[in-house]
Amino acid sequence: MKDEKYDTGRASLIVGTAAVAIAIFFWILGSSLIRPVRFPSPEQVIAAAWQLATNGYAGGTLLIHTLYSMKLALMGFAVAVAAAIPLGIAMGVSRRFNAIVNPIVSFIRPIPPLAWIPIAIIWFGLGDGAKIFVIWFTAFVPTLVNTYTGVRTVDPTLIAAARVHGASGHKLIFEVIVPGAMPMIFVGLRISLQASWMALVAAELVGAFFGLGRVLMIAAQDIYPGMIVVAMACVAAAGALMTKGLIQFERLAMPWIRPIR
Amino acid sequence: MKQVTQLPRHMPANNSVAALMLLSSACVTVILGTWVLSSLMGMLRPSIIPPPWDIANAIYTLAVSGFAGHTLQTHIITSLGRFAAGFSLAAIIGIPLGLIMGWCAPARYVVTPFFEVFRFIAPLAWLPFAALWFGTGIGGPILIVFSGAFAPCVINTFHGTRLIDPVMIEASRTLGATSWRLMVDILIPGAFPSILAGLRVSAALAWQSLIGAELIAATSGVGYLIVQGQGSFETSIVLAGMISIGIVGVIIDALLRLASDRASRKWMAAEA
Repeated sequence: MKDEKYDTGRASLIVGTAAVAIAIFFWILGSSLIRPVRFPSPEQVIAAAWQLATNGYAGGTLLIHTLYSMKLALMGFAVAVAAAIPLGIAMGVSRRFNAIVNPIVSFIRPIPPLAWIPIAIIWFGLGDGAKIFVIWFTAFVPTLVNTYTGVRTVDPTLIAAARVHGASGHKLIFEVIVPGAMPMIFVGLRISLQASWMALVAAELVGAFFGLGRVLMIAAQDIYPGMIVVAMACVAAAGALMTKGLIQFERLAMPWIRPIR
Repeated sequence: MKQVTQLPRHMPANNSVAALMLLSSACVTVILGTWVLSSLMGMLRPSIIPPPWDIANAIYTLAVSGFAGHTLQTHIITSLGRFAAGFSLAAIIGIPLGLIMGWCAPARYVVTPFFEVFRFIAPLAWLPFAALWFGTGIGGPILIVFSGAFAPCVINTFHGTRLIDPVMIEASRTLGATSWRLMVDILIPGAFPSILAGLRVSAALAWQSLIGAELIAATSGVGYLIVQGQGSFETSIVLAGMISIGIVGVIIDALLRLASDRASRKWMAAEA
């Protein structure tokens, strides 16, 4: 809530809490009217959450599934970002390099990352390899494009000034261009992280042995609405947690700037 | 892709556009050539990476005799219908919601907690409920498209209204503008560029979510086509499907960009 331009006054807190309370009241009321197969009641959700946390469901407990999914998402994200940032900087700095890489990127870019899932399964099977591959594709493009844009939009005066003072080569890149492009790079990282989480959930829904997507899929097959709600909540919570972590990291990495709103 | 920076010194300034184009095409040629050559020499297994002519052939076969129940055109049209329905639903609900959130603080307070939760749910996580509530025919995928497209619509519209100079809003209120006039004359024009940007983001996310939904729970559509191709290990069909998905995505984006260019030009002209 804080990273958006929302008011964070007391009024918003009171009204918001009241709205949530009313919604929960209607949920309880509604679930007694609608058939529970279609729409779970709060008790069912709590029971499902308890079951997932203690006994486990779909091959593991909540902790195992969540950590497994987060581990895969973060691994794919890290590999993609480690490739995309240097490539984006190189593309932004050298027009020749850009001419070489750009056709490939502009060919890959329009294909939605989720469309890679079937081919990833053909190439790597249902294991972790396919998922990391899909996440790699998902996370790669936003970071690359934003890094490139960030490098190209560094204030030319800054570059000229640094050059006048004798900076060139890696000094120019690491002390002027990269810090200048950093806000855009982080925008790209945020998009990439959220996209990789979405891609992971999708890949796990298609086929997996562990993970929150697997919980969702099994719950859907068993027609267990309580568990579906729990799994969705876990997906949202883990996604939010990772985004908050990245925002914290962004603050540490760019102490001179206030996070982009 | 604006070229704002001056080029660093180690690049010759006489690097003409033609030379760069040549470099690009050389790169593409090298990649395609390696692909063709290595498939001809049998170094690539066709079940892993089929040669280009296999993919072209697959597109032809798909268009003529079809796969997974329908021809390629029918699959694409089915997908586009779901996309259009979910996307317009998201725009029709999302844009007014964003405007109201920007204009009326109590509405913002009420909506924010729900929206913050909704925003973090990956669109595809709705899939089990989509299938349970609306089935896998047309209703389920529409819910997924909606949940992909909704958040960017709301966020961009809301941010657009917040970018409007508060003095303008105050001034129009002081001069006695009703809520309706405020909405039509200040909020919508002011937020317009942002709304259009949001629609493009929405469309991309919606198209991608739809493909994901069709991979998992559908019995027609391009996503279903490629997952069926995967099931029968027809790699060239999968790749042909991916290419058509990419092309349709590009067309959607190009149309939206065209519309937004047109609209903003008209808007600017009307304002001047």
